[in-house]
Amino acid sequence: MTDAVLTFAQTGPRKVDFFSEEAMARVQKRYRAEARFKAYGLGAVVLAGIFVVILLADIVSKGLPAFFEHRIALTVTLDAAKIDPEGKRDIEVLRAADYQRLIYDGLREEFPGVSDRRDRRKLEGLVSTGSGNDLRTLVLRNPSIIGQKTTLPVLLSDDADLYLKGIGTRVERAVGKGTLDIKQQGKTVELVGSAGAFAAPLADVKARLKRLASATEFELQGLSAAQATANAALEARREDLTARVKDFRQRSGDPASAETLDPATMPSELVEIAGGLVRLTEIAPGRAAGVVLLPLAADATRSDSWHRTTYTTPESNRRITDIEIAWLESLRGRKLTEKGFAWRFFTNGDSREPELAGIRGALIGSALTLAVTLLFCLPIGVGAAVYLEEFAPKNRLTDILEVNINNLAAVPSIVFGLLGLAMFLNFFGLPRSAPLVGGLVLALLVLPTIIIASRAALKAVPPSIKEAALGVGASHQQAIFHHVLPLAMPGIMTGTIIGMAHALGETAPLLMIGMVAFIVDIPQAISDPATVLPVQIYLWSDLPEVAFQAKTAAAIMVLLAFLFVMNGAAILLRRRFEQRW
Amino acid sequence: MNSASILTAEAPNAAASAGLAPEPKVVARNVDVHYGEKHALKAVSVDIPARAVTAFIGPSGCGKSTFLRCINRMNDTISTCRVTGEITIDGQDIYDPRLDVVLLRARVGMVFQKPNPFPKTIYENVAYGPRLHGLASGKAELDEIVERSLRRASLWEEAKDRLGESGTGLSGGQQQRLCIARAIAVSPEVILMDEPCSALDPIATAKIEELIDELRTNFTIVIVTHSMQQAARVSQRTAFFHLGTLVEEGATDQIFTNPRDRRTQDYITGRFG
Amino acid sequence: MVHREAFVAGLYFILMIVLALGAFIITRSSAARLAGTATIHSRPTYHGLLAAMQVFLPMLAILFFGSLLATRFVEQQSLAAMDPALLADELHRGAAYRDIRRFAAGGAVANATDGLKAGAATFAYLNTLTQWAIAGIGLSAGLAGLLFGLRTVTAEFRARNRFERIVAALLLACAGLAVLTTVGIVFSVLFETVHFFQKVSPVDFLFGTHWSPQQAIRADQGGASGSFGIAPLVVGTLLISTIAILVAGPIGLFAAIYMAEYASPKFRAWAKPILEILAGIPTVVLGFFAALTVAPVIREVGTALGLNVASESALAAGLVMGIMIVPFVSSLSDDVITAVPQSLRDGSLGMGATHSETIRRVVLPAALPGIVSAFMLAISRAVGETMIVVMAAGLAANLSFNPLDAVTTFTVQIKTILVGDQEFDSAKTLAAFALGFVLFFFTLTLNVIALAIVRKYREQYD
Repeated sequence: MTDAVLTFAQTGPRKVDFFSEEAMARVQKRYRAEARFKAYGLGAVVLAGIFVVILLADIVSKGLPAFFEHRIALTVTLDAAKIDPEGKRDIEVLRAADYQRLIYDGLREEFPGVSDRRDRRKLEGLVSTGSGNDLRTLVLRNPSIIGQKTTLPVLLSDDADLYLKGIGTRVERAVGKGTLDIKQQGKTVELVGSAGAFAAPLADVKARLKRLASATEFELQGLSAAQATANAALEARREDLTARVKDFRQRSGDPASAETLDPATMPSELVEIAGGLVRLTEIAPGRAAGVVLLPLAADATRSDSWHRTTYTTPESNRRITDIEIAWLESLRGRKLTEKGFAWRFFTNGDSREPELAGIRGALIGSALTLAVTLLFCLPIGVGAAVYLEEFAPKNRLTDILEVNINNLAAVPSIVFGLLGLAMFLNFFGLPRSAPLVGGLVLALLVLPTIIIASRAALKAVPPSIKEAALGVGASHQQAIFHHVLPLAMPGIMTGTIIGMAHALGETAPLLMIGMVAFIVDIPQAISDPATVLPVQIYLWSDLPEVAFQAKTAAAIMVLLAFLFVMNGAAILLRRRFEQRW
Repeated sequence: MNSASILTAEAPNAAASAGLAPEPKVVARNVDVHYGEKHALKAVSVDIPARAVTAFIGPSGCGKSTFLRCINRMNDTISTCRVTGEITIDGQDIYDPRLDVVLLRARVGMVFQKPNPFPKTIYENVAYGPRLHGLASGKAELDEIVERSLRRASLWEEAKDRLGESGTGLSGGQQQRLCIARAIAVSPEVILMDEPCSALDPIATAKIEELIDELRTNFTIVIVTHSMQQAARVSQRTAFFHLGTLVEEGATDQIFTNPRDRRTQDYITGRFG
Repeated sequence: MVHREAFVAGLYFILMIVLALGAFIITRSSAARLAGTATIHSRPTYHGLLAAMQVFLPMLAILFFGSLLATRFVEQQSLAAMDPALLADELHRGAAYRDIRRFAAGGAVANATDGLKAGAATFAYLNTLTQWAIAGIGLSAGLAGLLFGLRTVTAEFRARNRFERIVAALLLACAGLAVLTTVGIVFSVLFETVHFFQKVSPVDFLFGTHWSPQQAIRADQGGASGSFGIAPLVVGTLLISTIAILVAGPIGLFAAIYMAEYASPKFRAWAKPILEILAGIPTVVLGFFAALTVAPVIREVGTALGLNVASESALAAGLVMGIMIVPFVSSLSDDVITAVPQSLRDGSLGMGATHSETIRRVVLPAALPGIVSAFMLAISRAVGETMIVVMAAGLAANLSFNPLDAVTTFTVQIKTILVGDQEFDSAKTLAAFALGFVLFFFTLTLNVIALAIVRKYREQYD
């Protein structure tokens, strides 16, 4: 000690000049590091926030259209001979009638010119295959309308619906200049006008060719760079591309040469004239040839009032053909189309047809499943929490119990699915795909969450309350069940709601126990085959139809809405009953 | 070492200077502190002499620790805390917005109530400050600072063979000496000690007190203590705080033998505490 | 058929509740009458509760164990009538039993044999019989409980103590269920895994580099064992998890630091719910986002940069999975950072350290064990995550470390093998359980270690 003091006395304190330039620069550097560090932190939080916003915006923008559907007001003749040939109004006969056919007939009356078999099929494809069902419901409810003409909203098919929602292609329309001579020859038409009549569409086609040339060249370069080594198939492809580039370049180079429109690469060019619609197949500066989509006035030979219409997406790149667009535009022009809220989305079960598919089955399935989950995990979870918090002796066994529960909370959910499959289905022989089994599996899954939350709630009740109850002669259990547990209830409820929200969003274990079947029927009982909302989302997300993408996103919106409500309720409950002792 | 009289007898110069209070190192004028709505410190004015030990005493909650924390602006870390008035060190206002709090704390070190060594090695604990402030240009110099600081803190003999072990593995008294070593490693001018012995046993306390007495030849030391005996043993000047006000301040001898204020007398005679 | 079973079960439940309620009311009033004449030890309510328990619990136990036994018995007896040659293995037995049940329920079964018809008759007869037997036994047990409860209504009978003993036992059973669940998991995966290893060598499984379970469906396809090497799955799982941790680690940790150390209460009030929203988003939603939004973007960007990106790249799944575990990392890290005592911060600040220096040099090292365990739990979660990878990562078992390739994971393979119709004894199906086994023990090990570290860490600063 003395030694230390001596040393210290000899050397004396080392003086450091904190105000030298060097020191100040050092401090500035340290503060810059401080600012940087803080910015990283803020950046991380903001990044997470941005992600949430992007995710939600993406889902909403994708899903919102699915809440609306397009219908056409169609006049249908309810021909008694077709619906009820015997005239007995027997309900079974009425039910069995082919209402879909009646709707198709009504549709064909709107477009009398459609005679070709393929075109007829296409025309019928505009309306949903479920629209007959709507008509059946209408007739069964009021059989007296049989024999009359009635106008009813008819649901459009998914592709037609998507087109009207603006997802198929953009349509551009411009007034045509000059007078055109019309030469009709069956389905084909030749239009001849002044030298510049078709200059604008031709120029667009040439410009498009130029872009195609560049794009193809780019692809060619990529191909050459990617595969240096020769390969027969690759070589052929390269040659083909080279030839095409050359062709495109040559054609786009000459502004006056006539062009044939290829539906695979070119936007559709159409001409509205004489009450009809012509799709152009060939364009020259002063004349054009095409096929009739909507019939022209039979006697029309010349017209000075015409429009140029362009469907910007090439026909091969969309699911809806030119003629279908023409029909839909015609219907729209006659104010027969209408947009409405798609109640069907909430009242229908699953379907293979996107426009008919709804989430009712999944919602009921989720409700049944969650009911089973709640019924099992709330009493058991609270019981376990009460035991661990109030009755468990402090020994190794209790330790193991605790560690076990904490670990169970971190077991991957799919493993619970394996448990459900091996135990509940194969060992106990419970029914596959049933909410009963799903509920049990989810109950085991959220049990740790509820136990942990309940224990925290019980722990938060001050011991003085229990002591007071014991002091007036209550038994240990009376003290807990009469005093401690009621006070812990808000906390337990909060934990339970959060657990239920977790169960509502859980998918993987339910896949294991067969809740992924395609189920059209709405489940009635916990032993019926059913699916749940997240699984429905998963199923739909896998389907190729574009319309199902929107349905998926819409189902996600419903799911998230439920989750937000549940979590909001939990937060509210916590705020409302939060008690600081 | 056992009473103020012996201490003053052994260090007459210090006692004399303490009595006259020349060359004040820290000067506080009209310092008020609010914690949100609470008025924790009211119009405190005091001079703290250089190279002496000044003790703040008073019942708990009287504001003595609050005032101590004002001297190196540790109260800045509490968002609701508001400090008004003036505190200067060597004539420089420490609440001047141009003053850098980081540099201030390098000049005014602090030792806390509970020993709080970082969960690092003993060596790293002491080297922490010099590294922060760039006081050592190389490993050798850093080693030297560590050794010198540990020696000054009377911990070298006990710790020299275990510099690589965790600082949290030391005993309570050793931990507190490590914290003192950590504080003096940056060569501060003032060392603030907030009840440094309250968590320690009597033997460890005695060692720390001995250390404080040694340190005062080089440092200005301000110690908050709840023990009047300790204040009497280690300090040359004593300030008595009560209910947020500075009641009385003067040479330790005078405060303990002949207090001017009635409240001081009541406190040191144990009528309240 | 199913509906009638459900009906009987429902009836039984209702009877159980009615009987228990009845026992409660009768016994309580009987005890109350007694209380009018003498001083009784336990309050009438406890006599009632005890009687209700004595009715309810035996009936529940009889239903549970009775159904379990009855199912086995009925299956065995119905299959006894069938040609044993047709029941060579579990697979055929299952199919035959399904046919029997369908036939018994009045459904159509293609070319029903006489054996099947006989089996169906046996099934129908025994199924009804056992159901009524269970109902009968259960009912008599309930009535016995009621009578017993009534008989024990005496002044000195300690009904409360006995009831509380039953309640304590029930509570213990509730807590024990958690252990039972773990045991159930271990057994259900272990059992099938052992089966699997009877068909496929563990060495091939653990060290094989080729995974294609589809080829082993038919027994006559030789070399089936060569198709069960999990190396590509291990690599795929680790690749995706690594990407996820690389995303979630820095973001989660920095977010936690900011929230715990810098954020004003007002900012926290805004930011915390955002992180909670992120934590509450179901993984199926994130999977959809990964597959339909992130993957195409990555593919487009990659193509623009001249890279060859698989449409189901590991990067897309990994990125979104990383986002998923951000709130997980941040909330766990937030907890451990907050748990670092203020005195350490004061010590460092008092030395003249800036806030960030204090965090980097004192707080984070002090919180390191907790942060490490948070990362371990996050890895465990990433490894066990299913939906994102099912939807956004592929099925192709490529042994590739390139994040732009399609890879597959344990969970994807388990899901792929087990969803849809499976034959329960095939090596392919069993392989799923073996994968589950590996997955479970891997994550369990991580969790046990991580939770042990957290526990120790908490103790250090409590």
